[in-house]
Amino acid sequence: MKHRYLACFLAPSVLLAIATTPALAQDTSPAAQIEAFSLEAGRAADAEAGKAFFLASHSGGKPDTPSCTTCHTMDPTKGGQARTGKPIEPMASSVNPARFTDSAKITKWFRRNCNSVLGRECTAGEKADVLAWLNSL
Amino acid sequence: MVRLLTALALGTAALLAPALAGAQDTPPSPEAQFTEECSACHLAFPAFFLPKESWSAIMNDLPNHFGEDASLDNDAMTAIEGYLVKHAARSNRRAFRKYDLETAPPLRITELGWFVHEHSNEVSRAAKKRAGTMTNCAACHRGAERGYFDDD
Repeated sequence: MKHRYLACFLAPSVLLAIATTPALAQDTSPAAQIEAFSLEAGRAADAEAGKAFFLASHSGGKPDTPSCTTCHTMDPTKGGQARTGKPIEPMASSVNPARFTDSAKITKWFRRNCNSVLGRECTAGEKADVLAWLNSL
Repeated sequence: MVRLLTALALGTAALLAPALAGAQDTPPSPEAQFTEECSACHLAFPAFFLPKESWSAIMNDLPNHFGEDASLDNDAMTAIEGYLVKHAARSNRRAFRKYDLETAPPLRITELGWFVHEHSNEVSRAAKKRAGTMTNCAACHRGAERGYFDDD
């Protein structure tokens, strides 16, 4: 009897706590993002193209950041390092499940990093491709 | 027993109420936004290192932030600039005397006279190599993230 009462009061509290805490981020998933970018691009995501794009040296951006690999290294399953010396968590969602689960972060970092590396925003197709590759490793 | 459970339920409700309100649409405090955004790439350098003119100049040129695009949305930018300006160093301090703060305020803490002086002789080559860059304060100053640098 005692336990049933406790459960009645505690279960909703615990559920509420769970429901309220992660509501701030974690509003999307890698698959949902890939689908959204593909839809916007009007074509399917191409992981191989994303790999080539990520590993390539680009021009048109800022001189200190010619490639995604400048900070993220050639292996997205490993951590990288910002130019400031600060570690960057791995980009591959298989080793870092928190990746690509916060739409505001995805928007912010694609905007910043595409502009730093390419001197322009990335297209929806490029974003779909890169995410498809990072989500396939 | 009933009284105990009622108290428990009320207590839980009281604890959850602010969390529920916060989860709706109240943005994080300017200080929380400053810490979150600025420490994404480097130590969130304490506002007291630079005058308000410097912080405004930095915050208004985030797409060209020391070689990278560090742009923010307008709300975050305004909130963080407000926080930095509010807690900035006094503009009339000796350290800033050689600058024309209105047109060319200092943008790098590492260029300030006292900073160069403090680090010129006592930082070993090994320590510099370990830190990688002079902006990596926490490599040597363990209290850097709390704004404490007097540990040398």
